[in-house]
Amino acid sequence: MKIKIALAQFNTKLGDVPANLEKHLDLIDEARQGGADLVVFPELSLTGYALLDLAVDTAIRPHQDDPVFNELLAASQDLDLMFGFVHEDRRHRFHIASAYLSGGKTRHIHNKIYLPTYGMFDEGRFFAPGDSVRAFDTRFGRVGMLICEDFWHASLPYLLWLDGADMLLFASASPGRGLTQDPRLSSSGWVEHTNRAYAGLFTNFVVHANRVGYEDGLNFWGGSTIFDPNGDLIVRAPDFEPALIITEIDLNQLHRTRARLPLLRDERIGVVQRELERIQGNS
Amino acid sequence: MIDLTINAVLTEKIIAGFIRSELHRVGFKRALLGVSGGIDSAVSLYLSAKALGPENVLAIRMPYKTSSQHTLDDAQTMIDDLGVQSMTVEITDMVDPLVNKFDDMTKIRAGNIMARTRMIVLFDQSVAFNGLVMGSSNKTELLLGYSTIFGDSAAALQPIGDLYKTQVRQLAGHLGVPQAVIAKAPSADLWEGQTDEGELGFTYADVDRLLYLLVDQRYRPETCVEEGFERTFVERVVRRMRQNHFKRVMPPIAKLSERTIGYDFLYLRDWGT
Repeated sequence: MKIKIALAQFNTKLGDVPANLEKHLDLIDEARQGGADLVVFPELSLTGYALLDLAVDTAIRPHQDDPVFNELLAASQDLDLMFGFVHEDRRHRFHIASAYLSGGKTRHIHNKIYLPTYGMFDEGRFFAPGDSVRAFDTRFGRVGMLICEDFWHASLPYLLWLDGADMLLFASASPGRGLTQDPRLSSSGWVEHTNRAYAGLFTNFVVHANRVGYEDGLNFWGGSTIFDPNGDLIVRAPDFEPALIITEIDLNQLHRTRARLPLLRDERIGVVQRELERIQGNS
Repeated sequence: MIDLTINAVLTEKIIAGFIRSELHRVGFKRALLGVSGGIDSAVSLYLSAKALGPENVLAIRMPYKTSSQHTLDDAQTMIDDLGVQSMTVEITDMVDPLVNKFDDMTKIRAGNIMARTRMIVLFDQSVAFNGLVMGSSNKTELLLGYSTIFGDSAAALQPIGDLYKTQVRQLAGHLGVPQAVIAKAPSADLWEGQTDEGELGFTYADVDRLLYLLVDQRYRPETCVEEGFERTFVERVVRRMRQNHFKRVMPPIAKLSERTIGYDFLYLRDWGT
Protein backbone atom coordinates (compact mmCIF):
# COMPACT_ATOMS: atom_id res chain seq x y z
CA MET A 1 0.00 0.00 0.00
CA LYS A 2 1.26 3.41 -0.94
CA ILE A 3 0.02 6.56 0.76
CA LYS A 4 0.75 10.23 0.35
CA ILE A 5 1.67 12.19 3.45
CA ALA A 6 1.65 16.00 3.53
CA LEU A 7 3.96 17.72 5.99
CA ALA A 8 2.41 21.11 6.75
CA GLN A 9 5.45 23.08 7.84
CA PHE A 10 4.06 26.54 8.47
CA ASN A 11 4.10 29.58 10.73
CA THR A 12 1.39 30.34 13.25
CA LYS A 13 -0.08 33.57 14.58
CA LEU A 14 0.55 33.59 18.32
CA GLY A 15 -2.68 33.09 20.22
CA ASP A 16 -4.97 33.71 17.22
CA VAL A 17 -6.94 30.49 16.77
CA PRO A 18 -9.32 31.74 14.02
CA ALA A 19 -6.37 32.94 11.88
CA ASN A 20 -4.55 29.64 12.39
CA LEU A 21 -7.66 27.61 11.64
CA GLU A 22 -7.92 29.42 8.33
CA LYS A 23 -4.30 28.53 7.52
CA HIS A 24 -5.05 24.91 8.40
CA LEU A 25 -8.03 24.81 6.07
CA ASP A 26 -6.01 26.41 3.24
CA LEU A 27 -3.16 23.92 3.66
CA ILE A 28 -5.61 21.01 3.89
CA ASP A 29 -7.16 22.15 0.60
CA GLU A 30 -3.77 22.37 -1.01
CA ALA A 31 -2.86 18.92 0.32
CA ARG A 32 -6.15 17.52 -0.95
CA GLN A 33 -5.44 18.90 -4.41
CA GLY A 34 -2.03 17.27 -4.23
CA GLY A 35 -3.67 13.92 -3.55
CA ALA A 36 -2.58 13.63 0.11
CA ASP A 37 -4.12 10.93 2.29
CA LEU A 38 -2.82 12.37 5.55
CA VAL A 39 -1.79 15.89 6.57
CA VAL A 40 0.51 16.29 9.57
CA PHE A 41 0.72 19.66 11.30
CA PRO A 42 3.32 20.72 13.92
CA GLU A 43 2.87 21.06 17.68
CA LEU A 44 0.30 23.62 18.84
CA SER A 45 -0.46 24.40 15.22
CA LEU A 46 -3.79 26.04 16.10
CA THR A 47 -2.33 28.41 18.66
CA GLY A 48 1.40 29.06 18.32
CA TYR A 49 3.96 27.83 20.80
CA ALA A 50 5.08 30.22 23.55
CA LEU A 51 1.58 30.90 24.80
CA LEU A 52 2.30 31.59 28.48
CA ASP A 53 -0.91 33.14 29.82
CA LEU A 54 -2.57 32.75 26.42
CA ALA A 55 -2.75 29.00 27.03
CA VAL A 56 -6.14 29.16 28.73
CA ASP A 57 -7.59 31.66 26.26
CA THR A 58 -6.75 29.50 23.25
CA ALA A 59 -7.90 26.16 24.68
CA ILE A 60 -10.63 24.18 22.96
CA ARG A 61 -12.68 21.08 23.71
CA PRO A 62 -12.08 18.34 21.15
CA HIS A 63 -15.73 17.86 20.34
CA GLN A 64 -18.08 18.68 17.48
CA ASP A 65 -19.77 21.28 19.69
CA ASP A 66 -16.61 23.33 19.50
CA PRO A 67 -16.82 25.43 16.30
CA VAL A 68 -13.08 25.25 15.60
CA PHE A 69 -12.77 21.54 16.21
CA ASN A 70 -15.92 20.91 14.23
CA GLU A 71 -14.47 22.61 11.16
CA LEU A 72 -11.47 20.32 11.30
CA LEU A 73 -13.69 17.29 11.78
CA ALA A 74 -15.55 18.33 8.63
CA ALA A 75 -12.26 18.79 6.78
CA SER A 76 -11.24 15.25 7.70
CA GLN A 77 -14.05 13.60 5.73
CA ASP A 78 -11.86 12.70 2.78
CA LEU A 79 -8.33 12.87 4.17
CA ASP A 80 -6.83 12.23 7.59
CA LEU A 81 -5.55 15.08 9.74
CA MET A 82 -3.17 15.41 12.63
CA PHE A 83 -2.87 18.84 14.24
CA GLY A 84 -1.87 20.47 17.51
CA PHE A 85 -4.00 22.45 19.95
CA VAL A 86 -4.50 23.36 23.59
CA HIS A 87 -6.84 20.73 25.00
CA GLU A 88 -9.07 21.73 27.88
CA ASP A 89 -10.20 18.46 29.40
CA ARG A 90 -13.42 17.78 31.30
CA ARG A 91 -11.81 18.77 34.58
CA HIS A 92 -10.45 22.01 33.04
CA ARG A 93 -6.87 20.94 32.89
CA PHE A 94 -4.98 22.37 29.95
CA HIS A 95 -2.85 20.04 27.85
CA ILE A 96 -0.61 20.43 24.84
CA ALA A 97 -2.33 17.94 22.55
CA SER A 98 -2.38 16.42 19.09
CA ALA A 99 -5.59 15.14 17.52
CA TYR A 100 -5.90 12.57 14.75
CA LEU A 101 -9.11 12.95 12.75
CA SER A 102 -10.37 10.72 9.98
CA GLY A 103 -13.69 10.30 8.21
CA GLY A 104 -15.16 13.16 10.21
CA LYS A 105 -14.37 11.45 13.51
CA THR A 106 -11.75 11.81 16.23
CA ARG A 107 -9.58 8.70 16.18
CA HIS A 108 -7.18 9.65 18.93
CA ILE A 109 -6.00 12.50 21.12
CA HIS A 110 -2.57 12.49 22.65
CA ASN A 111 -1.77 14.79 25.55
CA LYS A 112 1.93 15.66 25.73
CA ILE A 113 3.46 13.69 28.58
CA TYR A 114 6.84 15.36 28.96
CA LEU A 115 6.50 19.12 29.40
CA PRO A 116 9.97 20.66 29.27
CA THR A 117 10.34 23.10 32.18
CA TYR A 118 14.00 24.02 32.14
CA GLY A 119 16.27 26.44 30.34
CA MET A 120 14.20 28.34 27.80
CA PHE A 121 11.14 26.14 28.35
CA ASP A 122 8.33 26.76 30.81
CA GLU A 123 5.59 24.36 29.75
CA GLY A 124 5.05 22.77 33.16
CA ARG A 125 4.04 26.14 34.53
CA PHE A 126 1.14 26.51 32.12
CA PHE A 127 0.11 22.97 31.14
CA ALA A 128 -0.90 19.68 32.71
CA PRO A 129 1.07 16.61 31.63
CA GLY A 130 -0.63 13.76 29.83
CA ASP A 131 -0.43 10.36 31.48
CA SER A 132 -0.94 7.80 28.77
CA VAL A 133 0.60 6.78 25.48
CA ARG A 134 -1.38 4.60 23.09
CA ALA A 135 -1.06 3.43 19.54
CA PHE A 136 -4.29 3.49 17.53
CA ASP A 137 -5.66 2.09 14.30
CA THR A 138 -6.06 4.14 11.13
CA ARG A 139 -6.91 3.24 7.57
CA PHE A 140 -3.15 3.05 6.96
CA GLY A 141 -2.42 0.71 9.82
CA ARG A 142 -1.57 1.29 13.45
CA VAL A 143 0.22 4.52 14.33
CA GLY A 144 1.27 6.52 17.39
CA MET A 145 1.58 10.24 18.04
CA LEU A 146 4.10 12.09 20.21
CA ILE A 147 4.82 15.75 20.76
CA CYS A 148 8.34 17.20 20.80
CA GLU A 149 9.88 16.55 24.25
CA ASP A 150 7.91 13.27 24.36
CA PHE A 151 10.30 11.79 21.84
CA TRP A 152 13.40 12.99 23.67
CA HIS A 153 12.45 10.21 26.09
CA ALA A 154 13.17 6.91 24.36
CA SER A 155 10.55 5.07 26.42
CA LEU A 156 7.57 6.62 24.63
CA PRO A 157 8.44 5.69 21.03
CA TYR A 158 9.45 2.29 22.38
CA LEU A 159 6.06 1.81 24.06
CA LEU A 160 4.21 2.87 20.92
CA TRP A 161 6.26 0.40 18.91
CA LEU A 162 5.36 -2.40 21.31
CA ASP A 163 1.75 -1.25 21.21
CA GLY A 164 1.70 -1.92 17.49
CA ALA A 165 2.56 1.40 15.88
CA ASP A 166 4.32 0.92 12.55
CA MET A 167 4.36 4.63 11.92
CA LEU A 168 5.36 7.24 14.48
CA LEU A 169 3.85 10.70 13.93
CA PHE A 170 5.88 13.37 15.67
CA ALA A 171 4.91 17.03 16.00
CA SER A 172 7.23 19.81 17.18
CA ALA A 173 7.56 23.51 17.69
CA SER A 174 11.28 23.25 18.18
CA PRO A 175 13.14 26.48 18.90
CA GLY A 176 16.43 26.55 17.02
CA ARG A 177 19.60 26.82 19.09
CA GLY A 178 23.24 25.92 19.05
CA LEU A 179 25.15 28.01 16.54
CA THR A 180 28.47 26.48 15.48
CA GLN A 181 30.46 26.22 12.25
CA ASP A 182 27.95 23.74 10.87
CA PRO A 183 25.47 24.84 8.24
CA ARG A 184 22.60 23.67 10.51
CA LEU A 185 21.82 24.43 14.14
CA SER A 186 22.75 21.79 16.73
CA SER A 187 19.07 21.40 17.64
CA SER A 188 18.20 20.48 14.03
CA GLY A 189 20.98 17.91 13.86
CA TRP A 190 20.05 16.37 17.18
CA VAL A 191 16.36 15.95 16.36
CA GLU A 192 17.14 14.46 12.98
CA HIS A 193 19.65 11.98 14.47
CA THR A 194 17.07 10.92 17.01
CA ASN A 195 14.32 10.41 14.46
CA ARG A 196 16.61 8.47 12.16
CA ALA A 197 17.61 6.29 15.09
CA TYR A 198 13.98 5.49 15.98
CA ALA A 199 13.22 4.59 12.38
CA GLY A 200 16.21 2.27 12.21
CA LEU A 201 15.91 0.74 15.69
CA PHE A 202 12.17 0.12 15.42
CA THR A 203 12.13 -0.57 11.67
CA ASN A 204 9.28 1.96 11.54
CA PHE A 205 8.25 4.98 9.53
CA VAL A 206 9.00 8.16 11.48
CA VAL A 207 7.16 11.27 10.32
CA HIS A 208 8.12 14.59 11.91
CA ALA A 209 6.38 17.93 11.31
CA ASN A 210 8.14 20.96 12.76
CA ARG A 211 7.05 24.57 12.43
CA VAL A 212 8.82 27.65 11.12
CA GLY A 213 8.65 31.35 11.96
CA TYR A 214 9.61 33.39 15.00
CA GLU A 215 8.09 34.19 18.36
CA ASP A 216 9.94 37.12 19.93
CA GLY A 217 13.58 36.08 19.54
CA LEU A 218 12.89 32.35 19.15
CA ASN A 219 13.31 30.87 15.68
CA PHE A 220 11.63 27.64 14.65
CA TRP A 221 13.76 25.76 12.18
CA GLY A 222 11.35 23.57 10.20
CA GLY A 223 13.30 20.79 8.48
CA SER A 224 10.36 18.35 8.75
CA THR A 225 11.30 14.82 7.73
CA ILE A 226 10.11 11.34 6.95
CA PHE A 227 12.41 8.37 7.60
CA ASP A 228 11.66 4.88 6.33
CA PRO A 229 12.01 1.59 8.25
CA ASN A 230 15.64 1.30 7.10
CA GLY A 231 16.41 4.64 8.75
CA ASP A 232 16.81 6.23 5.34
CA LEU A 233 15.65 9.77 4.75
CA ILE A 234 12.68 9.88 2.37
CA VAL A 235 12.12 13.60 2.43
CA ARG A 236 13.25 16.68 4.26
CA ALA A 237 11.47 20.03 4.08
CA PRO A 238 13.70 23.11 3.86
CA ASP A 239 15.02 24.70 7.03
CA PHE A 240 13.27 27.93 8.11
CA GLU A 241 10.97 28.18 5.08
CA PRO A 242 7.26 27.37 5.11
CA ALA A 243 6.45 24.39 2.90
CA LEU A 244 3.76 21.86 2.19
CA ILE A 245 5.67 18.74 1.26
CA ILE A 246 3.62 15.89 -0.18
CA THR A 247 5.46 12.58 -0.36
CA GLU A 248 4.44 9.08 -1.25
CA ILE A 249 5.56 6.35 1.10
CA ASP A 250 5.36 2.63 0.44
CA LEU A 251 4.02 0.83 3.49
CA ASN A 252 5.29 -2.46 1.99
CA GLN A 253 8.75 -1.34 3.04
CA LEU A 254 7.78 -2.58 6.50
CA HIS A 255 7.55 -6.10 5.08
CA ARG A 256 10.84 -5.87 3.28
CA THR A 257 12.81 -4.34 6.15
CA ARG A 258 11.40 -6.62 8.82
CA ALA A 259 11.99 -9.69 6.65
CA ARG A 260 15.65 -8.71 6.60
CA LEU A 261 15.92 -7.36 10.13
CA PRO A 262 13.52 -8.98 12.65
CA LEU A 263 14.15 -6.58 15.55
CA LEU A 264 10.46 -6.44 16.40
CA ARG A 265 10.13 -10.23 16.32
CA ASP A 266 13.11 -10.64 18.62
CA GLU A 267 12.19 -7.92 21.11
CA ARG A 268 12.01 -9.46 24.62
CA ILE A 269 9.20 -7.59 26.35
CA GLY A 270 9.31 -10.05 29.25
CA VAL A 271 12.93 -9.15 29.98
CA VAL A 272 12.11 -5.46 29.83
CA GLN A 273 9.13 -5.88 32.13
CA ARG A 274 11.01 -8.01 34.66
CA GLU A 275 13.98 -5.66 34.77
CA LEU A 276 11.76 -2.58 35.04
CA GLU A 277 10.00 -4.12 38.01
CA ARG A 278 13.33 -4.93 39.61
CA ILE A 279 14.65 -1.42 38.98
CA GLN A 280 11.49 0.16 40.32
CA GLY A 281 11.55 -2.16 43.34
CA ASN A 282 15.13 -1.15 44.08
CA SER A 283 14.52 2.56 43.85
CA MET B 1 37.43 23.18 23.79
CA ILE B 2 36.45 26.78 23.26
CA ASP B 3 35.38 27.36 19.69
CA LEU B 4 33.45 30.52 18.96
CA THR B 5 33.44 30.01 15.21
CA ILE B 6 30.00 30.48 13.69
CA ASN B 7 28.48 29.60 10.38
CA ALA B 8 27.96 33.10 9.04
CA VAL B 9 25.54 32.10 6.27
CA LEU B 10 23.22 30.43 8.78
CA THR B 11 23.60 33.32 11.22
CA GLU B 12 22.65 35.85 8.59
CA LYS B 13 19.65 33.79 7.54
CA ILE B 14 18.27 33.47 11.06
CA ILE B 15 18.83 37.10 12.00
CA ALA B 16 17.49 38.50 8.72
CA GLY B 17 14.37 36.37 9.18
CA PHE B 18 14.06 37.63 12.74
CA ILE B 19 14.27 41.28 11.64
CA ARG B 20 11.66 40.79 8.92
CA SER B 21 9.35 38.80 11.15
CA GLU B 22 9.48 41.16 14.10
CA LEU B 23 8.88 44.22 11.95
CA HIS B 24 6.31 42.91 9.53
CA ARG B 25 4.14 41.25 12.17
CA VAL B 26 3.52 44.63 13.83
CA GLY B 27 2.93 46.42 10.56
CA PHE B 28 6.35 47.98 9.95
CA LYS B 29 8.59 47.55 6.94
CA ARG B 30 11.30 50.05 7.80
CA ALA B 31 14.10 50.23 10.34
CA LEU B 32 16.53 52.90 11.43
CA LEU B 33 19.65 52.89 13.50
CA GLY B 34 22.53 54.97 14.68
CA VAL B 35 25.67 54.24 12.70
CA SER B 36 28.84 55.17 14.53
CA GLY B 37 31.39 53.74 12.16
CA GLY B 38 32.08 50.92 14.60
CA ILE B 39 31.65 47.24 13.90
CA ASP B 40 28.50 46.53 15.92
CA SER B 41 26.29 49.15 14.31
CA ALA B 42 27.89 48.24 10.97
CA VAL B 43 26.78 44.63 11.31
CA SER B 44 23.34 45.69 12.45
CA LEU B 45 23.14 48.03 9.46
CA TYR B 46 24.21 45.40 6.92
CA LEU B 47 21.80 42.85 8.38
CA SER B 48 18.94 45.37 8.29
CA ALA B 49 19.68 46.32 4.69
CA LYS B 50 19.82 42.67 3.65
CA ALA B 51 16.64 41.81 5.54
CA LEU B 52 14.51 44.76 4.52
CA GLY B 53 16.13 46.20 1.40
CA PRO B 54 18.36 49.29 1.59
CA GLU B 55 15.51 51.63 0.68
CA ASN B 56 13.76 50.65 3.90
CA VAL B 57 16.70 51.41 6.17
CA LEU B 58 17.73 54.79 7.55
CA ALA B 59 21.27 55.13 8.90
CA ILE B 60 21.74 58.11 11.18
CA ARG B 61 25.16 59.55 11.95
CA MET B 62 25.08 61.48 15.21
CA PRO B 63 28.50 63.02 15.79
CA TYR B 64 29.49 65.04 18.83
CA LYS B 65 32.17 67.69 18.41
CA THR B 66 34.87 65.31 19.67
CA SER B 67 33.81 62.42 17.43
CA SER B 68 36.64 61.34 15.21
CA GLN B 69 36.42 62.23 11.54
CA HIS B 70 37.63 58.85 10.30
CA THR B 71 34.74 57.21 12.16
CA LEU B 72 32.28 59.49 10.42
CA ASP B 73 33.94 58.73 7.11
CA ASP B 74 33.70 54.99 7.76
CA ALA B 75 29.99 55.36 8.43
CA GLN B 76 29.59 57.26 5.16
CA THR B 77 31.49 54.58 3.24
CA MET B 78 29.07 51.94 4.49
CA ILE B 79 26.03 54.09 3.74
CA ASP B 80 27.29 54.55 0.19
CA ASP B 81 28.21 50.89 -0.14
CA LEU B 82 24.72 49.71 0.82
CA GLY B 83 22.66 52.53 -0.69
CA VAL B 84 20.58 52.92 2.46
CA GLN B 85 18.89 56.19 3.34
CA SER B 86 20.96 58.38 5.62
CA MET B 87 20.95 61.51 7.72
CA THR B 88 23.43 63.33 9.94
CA VAL B 89 22.23 64.90 13.17
CA GLU B 90 24.90 66.77 15.15
CA ILE B 91 24.23 66.24 18.84
CA THR B 92 26.67 68.83 20.21
CA ASP B 93 23.99 71.53 20.48
CA MET B 94 21.76 69.18 22.42
CA VAL B 95 24.42 67.71 24.66
CA ASP B 96 26.46 70.76 25.65
CA PRO B 97 23.75 72.79 27.45
CA LEU B 98 23.20 69.94 29.90
CA VAL B 99 26.87 69.08 30.21
CA ASN B 100 27.75 72.73 30.88
CA LYS B 101 25.01 73.15 33.47
CA PHE B 102 26.98 71.31 36.13
CA ASP B 103 30.47 72.13 37.34
CA ASP B 104 31.02 68.63 38.62
CA MET B 105 30.27 67.02 35.25
CA THR B 106 32.36 63.89 34.65
CA LYS B 107 33.48 62.07 31.53
CA ILE B 108 31.17 59.17 32.34
CA ARG B 109 28.15 61.41 32.86
CA ALA B 110 28.83 63.30 29.67
CA GLY B 111 29.22 60.01 27.82
CA ASN B 112 25.87 58.84 29.13
CA ILE B 113 24.24 62.11 28.11
CA MET B 114 25.57 61.64 24.58
CA ALA B 115 24.30 58.07 24.40
CA ARG B 116 20.87 59.12 25.66
CA THR B 117 20.73 62.10 23.33
CA ARG B 118 21.32 59.73 20.42
CA MET B 119 18.48 57.60 21.76
CA ILE B 120 16.17 60.66 21.69
CA VAL B 121 17.15 61.43 18.10
CA LEU B 122 16.57 57.83 17.02
CA PHE B 123 13.20 57.42 18.68
CA ASP B 124 12.08 60.79 17.34
CA GLN B 125 13.15 59.82 13.83
CA SER B 126 11.43 56.46 14.21
CA VAL B 127 8.11 58.32 14.12
CA ALA B 128 9.11 60.52 11.19
CA PHE B 129 10.52 57.56 9.23
CA ASN B 130 7.79 55.15 10.36
CA GLY B 131 10.36 52.53 11.29
CA LEU B 132 11.59 50.65 14.33
CA VAL B 133 14.92 51.33 16.02
CA MET B 134 17.43 48.54 15.58
CA GLY B 135 19.84 47.91 18.43
CA SER B 136 23.53 47.14 18.04
CA SER B 137 24.32 45.53 21.39
CA ASN B 138 26.33 42.32 21.26
CA LYS B 139 26.32 39.52 23.83
CA THR B 140 29.65 40.54 25.33
CA GLU B 141 28.57 44.08 26.12
CA LEU B 142 25.13 42.98 27.31
CA LEU B 143 26.70 40.49 29.72
CA LEU B 144 29.33 42.94 30.93
CA GLY B 145 26.83 45.80 31.10
CA TYR B 146 29.15 47.88 28.96
CA SER B 147 26.43 50.22 27.77
CA THR B 148 24.35 53.19 28.84
CA ILE B 149 20.95 52.13 30.12
CA PHE B 150 18.20 53.90 28.17
CA GLY B 151 20.95 55.12 25.86
CA ASP B 152 22.66 52.86 23.34
CA SER B 153 20.87 49.90 24.91
CA ALA B 154 17.46 51.32 23.95
CA ALA B 155 16.04 49.67 20.85
CA ALA B 156 13.02 47.85 19.49
CA LEU B 157 15.05 44.79 18.47
CA GLN B 158 18.48 43.44 19.32
CA PRO B 159 19.54 41.42 16.26
CA ILE B 160 23.12 40.67 17.37
CA GLY B 161 22.50 40.39 21.12
CA ASP B 162 23.33 36.66 21.16
CA LEU B 163 26.66 36.99 19.35
CA TYR B 164 29.92 37.60 21.19
CA LYS B 165 32.12 40.39 19.89
CA THR B 166 34.46 37.80 18.36
CA GLN B 167 31.50 36.35 16.46
CA VAL B 168 30.30 39.78 15.38
CA ARG B 169 33.71 40.21 13.75
CA GLN B 170 33.27 36.96 11.84
CA LEU B 171 29.81 37.93 10.70
CA ALA B 172 31.06 41.37 9.64
CA GLY B 173 33.55 39.77 7.26
CA HIS B 174 30.84 37.64 5.70
CA LEU B 175 28.45 40.58 5.31
CA GLY B 176 31.02 42.69 3.49
CA VAL B 177 31.62 45.28 6.19
CA PRO B 178 34.73 47.26 5.12
CA GLN B 179 37.99 45.88 6.46
CA ALA B 180 38.87 49.26 8.02
CA VAL B 181 35.80 49.00 10.24
CA ILE B 182 36.52 45.40 11.24
CA ALA B 183 40.17 46.06 11.99
CA LYS B 184 39.96 49.22 14.10
CA ALA B 185 40.02 49.11 17.91
CA PRO B 186 36.44 49.04 19.26
CA SER B 187 35.46 52.32 20.88
CA ALA B 188 32.31 53.94 22.20
CA ASP B 189 33.93 57.18 20.94
CA LEU B 190 32.42 59.11 23.85
CA TRP B 191 35.69 60.90 24.48
CA GLU B 192 38.89 61.22 22.54
CA GLY B 193 41.17 58.20 22.62
CA GLN B 194 38.61 56.00 24.38
CA THR B 195 38.80 52.30 23.54
CA ASP B 196 36.58 49.53 24.90
CA GLU B 197 39.45 47.25 25.74
CA GLY B 198 41.38 50.07 27.44
CA GLU B 199 38.39 50.94 29.57
CA LEU B 200 37.40 47.36 30.36
CA GLY B 201 40.95 46.32 31.15
CA PHE B 202 40.90 43.13 29.10
CA THR B 203 40.54 42.09 25.48
CA TYR B 204 37.38 40.91 23.80
CA ALA B 205 39.20 37.82 22.60
CA ASP B 206 39.91 36.81 26.21
CA VAL B 207 36.62 37.80 27.78
CA ASP B 208 34.56 36.15 25.05
CA ARG B 209 36.27 32.83 25.72
CA LEU B 210 35.64 33.21 29.43
CA LEU B 211 32.01 34.28 29.00
CA TYR B 212 31.43 31.34 26.68
CA LEU B 213 32.50 28.97 29.45
CA LEU B 214 30.62 30.78 32.21
CA VAL B 215 27.40 31.48 30.35
CA ASP B 216 27.00 29.05 27.46
CA GLN B 217 28.77 26.08 28.97
CA ARG B 218 27.70 26.75 32.60
CA TYR B 219 31.20 26.41 34.00
CA ARG B 220 31.69 27.39 37.63
CA PRO B 221 34.10 30.35 38.06
CA GLU B 222 36.45 28.02 39.94
CA THR B 223 36.56 25.63 36.99
CA CYS B 224 37.44 28.51 34.66
CA VAL B 225 40.45 29.21 36.87
CA GLU B 226 41.42 25.54 36.60
CA GLU B 227 41.07 25.88 32.83
CA GLY B 228 43.78 28.54 32.91
CA PHE B 229 41.97 31.87 33.29
CA GLU B 230 43.49 34.24 35.84
CA ARG B 231 41.53 34.27 39.07
CA THR B 232 41.27 38.07 39.34
CA PHE B 233 40.06 38.27 35.73
CA VAL B 234 37.38 35.63 36.34
CA GLU B 235 36.23 37.33 39.53
CA ARG B 236 36.08 40.72 37.86
CA VAL B 237 34.00 39.44 34.98
CA VAL B 238 31.60 37.50 37.22
CA ARG B 239 31.12 40.60 39.38
CA ARG B 240 30.50 42.81 36.36
CA MET B 241 27.89 40.42 35.01
CA ARG B 242 26.03 40.36 38.31
CA GLN B 243 26.28 44.08 39.05
CA ASN B 244 25.01 45.03 35.63
CA HIS B 245 22.10 42.65 35.48
CA PHE B 246 19.75 45.57 36.16
CA LYS B 247 20.50 46.80 32.64
CA ARG B 248 19.22 43.57 31.15
CA VAL B 249 15.82 43.35 32.83
CA MET B 250 12.74 45.51 33.18
CA PRO B 251 12.59 47.44 36.47
CA PRO B 252 10.88 45.30 39.13
CA ILE B 253 7.32 46.20 40.00
CA ALA B 254 6.28 46.01 43.67
CA LYS B 255 3.75 43.22 43.73
CA LEU B 256 0.44 44.05 45.42
CA SER B 257 -2.44 42.63 43.42
CA GLU B 258 -3.45 39.11 42.42
CA ARG B 259 -1.96 39.62 38.99
CA THR B 260 1.10 41.70 38.37
CA ILE B 261 2.99 42.53 35.20
CA GLY B 262 6.17 40.51 35.04
CA TYR B 263 5.23 37.93 37.69
CA ASP B 264 1.91 36.42 36.73
CA PHE B 265 0.83 38.49 33.76
CA LEU B 266 2.97 36.76 31.19
CA TYR B 267 2.85 37.20 27.46
CA LEU B 268 5.44 37.35 24.72
CA ARG B 269 5.82 40.69 23.02
CA ASP B 270 4.56 38.97 19.88
CA TRP B 271 1.20 38.31 21.54
CA GLY B 272 -1.53 38.09 18.90
CA THR B 273 0.79 38.51 15.91
